[in-house]
Amino acid sequence: MSFPTVAQLARDIREGKVTASAVLEEHLKRVDERESEIHAFNLVTAENARAAAVEVDRAVQAGKPLGPLAGVPIALKDNMCTRGIETTCSSKILEGWKPPYDATVVTKLREAGAVIVGKTNLDEFAMGSSTENSAFGPTRNPLDTSRVPGGSSGGSAAAVAAGFAAASLGSDTGGSIRQPAALCGLVGVKPTYGVVSRYGLVAFASSLDQIGPFTHTVEDAALVMESIAGHDPMDSTSLSQPAPSLLSVLDQGVQGMRIGRVVDMPEGSEPDVLERLDAAFAALKERGAAIVDVKLPSLQFGLTAYYLVAPAEASSNLARYDGVRYGMRVDAPDLNAMYAATRSQGFGAEVKRRIMLGTYALSAGYYDAYYGKALKVRRLIADDFAKAYQSCDVVLTPTSPSVAFPFGDKTADPLAMYLCDVFTIPTNLAGHAAMSVPFGTGAHSLPVGVQVLAPALGEATMFRVAAELERAR
Amino acid sequence: MSNATSAPTNAAALPEGWEMVVGLEVHVELDTATKLFSGSPNRFGDDPNTHIDPVTLGLPGALPVLNRKAVELAIRLGLALNCTVQSCTFHRKNYFYPDLPKAYQISQYDQPLNVDGFLMLPGDVRIGVERAHLEEDTGKSTHFGGSSGRIHGSDYSLVDFNRAGVPLVEIVSRPDIRTSDQARQYVNELRSILVAIGASDAKMEEGSMRVDVNVSVRRPGEPFGTRCEIKNVNSVRAVGRAIDYEARRQIQEIESGGTIRQETRHWDDAEGRTHTLRAKEDADDYRYFLEPDLVLLDPDREWVESIRTSLPVLPAARRAALAALVGIDKESEAAYVLVERGQDDYVAEVVRAGGEAGRAVVYVQQAFAEEGAKPRVPAADISALTVLERDGKVTATQAKTILAEIVLNGGGDAATIAKDKGFEALDTSAVESMVDAAIAAQPDAWAKYCNGEEKAMGALVGAVMKTSQGKADGKVVTAILQARRSK
Repeated sequence: MSFPTVAQLARDIREGKVTASAVLEEHLKRVDERESEIHAFNLVTAENARAAAVEVDRAVQAGKPLGPLAGVPIALKDNMCTRGIETTCSSKILEGWKPPYDATVVTKLREAGAVIVGKTNLDEFAMGSSTENSAFGPTRNPLDTSRVPGGSSGGSAAAVAAGFAAASLGSDTGGSIRQPAALCGLVGVKPTYGVVSRYGLVAFASSLDQIGPFTHTVEDAALVMESIAGHDPMDSTSLSQPAPSLLSVLDQGVQGMRIGRVVDMPEGSEPDVLERLDAAFAALKERGAAIVDVKLPSLQFGLTAYYLVAPAEASSNLARYDGVRYGMRVDAPDLNAMYAATRSQGFGAEVKRRIMLGTYALSAGYYDAYYGKALKVRRLIADDFAKAYQSCDVVLTPTSPSVAFPFGDKTADPLAMYLCDVFTIPTNLAGHAAMSVPFGTGAHSLPVGVQVLAPALGEATMFRVAAELERAR
Repeated sequence: MSNATSAPTNAAALPEGWEMVVGLEVHVELDTATKLFSGSPNRFGDDPNTHIDPVTLGLPGALPVLNRKAVELAIRLGLALNCTVQSCTFHRKNYFYPDLPKAYQISQYDQPLNVDGFLMLPGDVRIGVERAHLEEDTGKSTHFGGSSGRIHGSDYSLVDFNRAGVPLVEIVSRPDIRTSDQARQYVNELRSILVAIGASDAKMEEGSMRVDVNVSVRRPGEPFGTRCEIKNVNSVRAVGRAIDYEARRQIQEIESGGTIRQETRHWDDAEGRTHTLRAKEDADDYRYFLEPDLVLLDPDREWVESIRTSLPVLPAARRAALAALVGIDKESEAAYVLVERGQDDYVAEVVRAGGEAGRAVVYVQQAFAEEGAKPRVPAADISALTVLERDGKVTATQAKTILAEIVLNGGGDAATIAKDKGFEALDTSAVESMVDAAIAAQPDAWAKYCNGEEKAMGALVGAVMKTSQGKADGKVVTAILQARRSK
């Protein structure tokens, strides 16, 4: 099944071939037909969306200047603050909470003319790789509803894959955009840390979190990226650079580029996945790129380091959900009992597991052995990448070791679930850019994604390679 | 004195053979327009929860952005305390409490902004300043019901987040303080500096300056003893009282065979004693780690130097300058009082206008307590009055009356006022005849005085004053009496 792209919709609306309202209704019709089965959304904001579409149509009729995403239906992961609209992080502890402000990306999308259709489901507080950890029930993969869409941004991936929205935003802390993009056959981008503002993104692990798009095509991803990226004075970790120019590089090809192949890659990938990766190397070589072998010896420690750094930050970031000021409160005789009851009942098992892991890792007497050592590994990984990028422009790996897996496959074994992110995590630890591009299918005819990794602020190079892979598919 | 645990509360010396070791942690609210990490106003005394925003409330998704003005004021303080200003980081200090909205305080940990400074106290006593770092204040809890005013046992609590996120500097002294007097001097001097450089109004009664005291005792020459931290010390006077109480308590404890455990104690000002708040083993593990929402703060050299250049002359230097100008001790009360009020420049102006320095100091110190750094009275008017008194045209008592009138009217010509009031100092021959008349009228008093009873002089002087209606100069009368006696 194929759906219209962002680029096509924006063009048609701008040229008056179709109204934004009509485009929205087509998408809402698909929501009506399949949402009860898929459960991509925590909330569909149909009325707000209709009002926004009417605004766009008026602007078109009046000949006013239009934003690059004017009239394009876009879905938001439900961990991005929307003024006056419930923002839950798929957690009972935030159920019913309506932020008094918009996240910067939301403001930027509105300014670009996008029509926001709803808030998508996720693993609670973005902790998970299958969207099975949502307090409001799992999301199904639209390509095979017996399987997961990946996670944690599973709702955002499913919404685009099912045609509920032309694009969506997710957040990626250890692979939460790229892995569901791969499992749902979409393009998914984790920008360089600091390229997209985190203001209004409910924090999971602040030093790793980054917002990025899900789209059907590389061009669409470039369009959305150009709208949401750029410096934000509200985010101190936001880089000073303006949004990268990406649309302009898509046709430049890969002639003369050096593509890195990791010789000491962590094992455990499905054979079909590795076969597609080889095919990707072959295609790029055929189109003029050189394939060079690189070593990333510290990559194998990435997962361990990540599961100390991310929970440590999470244990601090999630401490504010204490029942005092907003969200859920479970009454109890005294303050400490209220804290304990609220947090015991408000958080799900995976969130509690990570809060405990992180609290432990930061505790007096354990800090050096755990959190401190993880930070050292983090630096080693960045050093390894820096060395690798002396001999290549980008690195190619699988996005996910497997295609979409059935529900319940990994829920009993947290470690097996954590391994889903073995290829994606190092990028977050290094603060670099990476994206997943669909490149054929593997087992059960399910999509396989190839991951393009680039150094910090290497988005333009990364998009050139991704566009070429898309053409070679 | 009813039992052994109520240690004496006066500031007398410690028992023989003991020494106290004191360090102070002083929190100061910086006088910025907005909060440390958000644009909400930094203002005291408004309706609760009116200066709030997503960052102040720690709402999900909100991020801190550092206030440049707060950094500038903190650097000003660091430079005024002779610190090294360095590139620094922010950490999260994690603990749960309802008035701490994010459940962590953004503070500085192992890389603070200002390090290794010092502050000078009277007698050239140098107190080291280990660090002066930036952090955010918490909200303010009020507990209702229950008897203690604390959260445990209360019916409910209300929190005002106006104070949450207000920029603080925490100034940590080295354990160089050895007496409660020094501790009070340290707090007073720090306060003077803060006000002088415009960093804070530093009012302990409003909580814009808060002092925690660390006290231990030892026999001189021995290593440091175990220290106790005392909280709820809410005035300069309480700083002295709490330290004296605590040092004595520790000495008594040790002398009666006990040991001191490291703990946090609460000063009860009404009872005049400290009691245990929590033992060290119950202390929170704050799980400090680098604040990932902020980046390295690396103040560039040019900026720091421009801040240094913009610093005003500090109180100690002003006291020294005033002392040199008017010939008083730089550690005298007058020097402190005048510089504290900012009236040292005014005194200098009086002297430049030809005034007599010693009298100028006394006049301004006594009569200008209600005036600010720029009194309304023209310096020339005060100058003229000092000259009038110096030249014996008016008596000291008369000068005081004239001064009061000048202050009341915001100025005035001393000579004219003296004339209007009939304050013409009598010439010496007139006074001499009045003295002789007084001796003749009170032969008994004269005889006693001649026999060495100095007190008897009072009756004679009094009689002259009465006859002259206060126009005779007391000093002149005394001199004549002495001359007559020694004849």
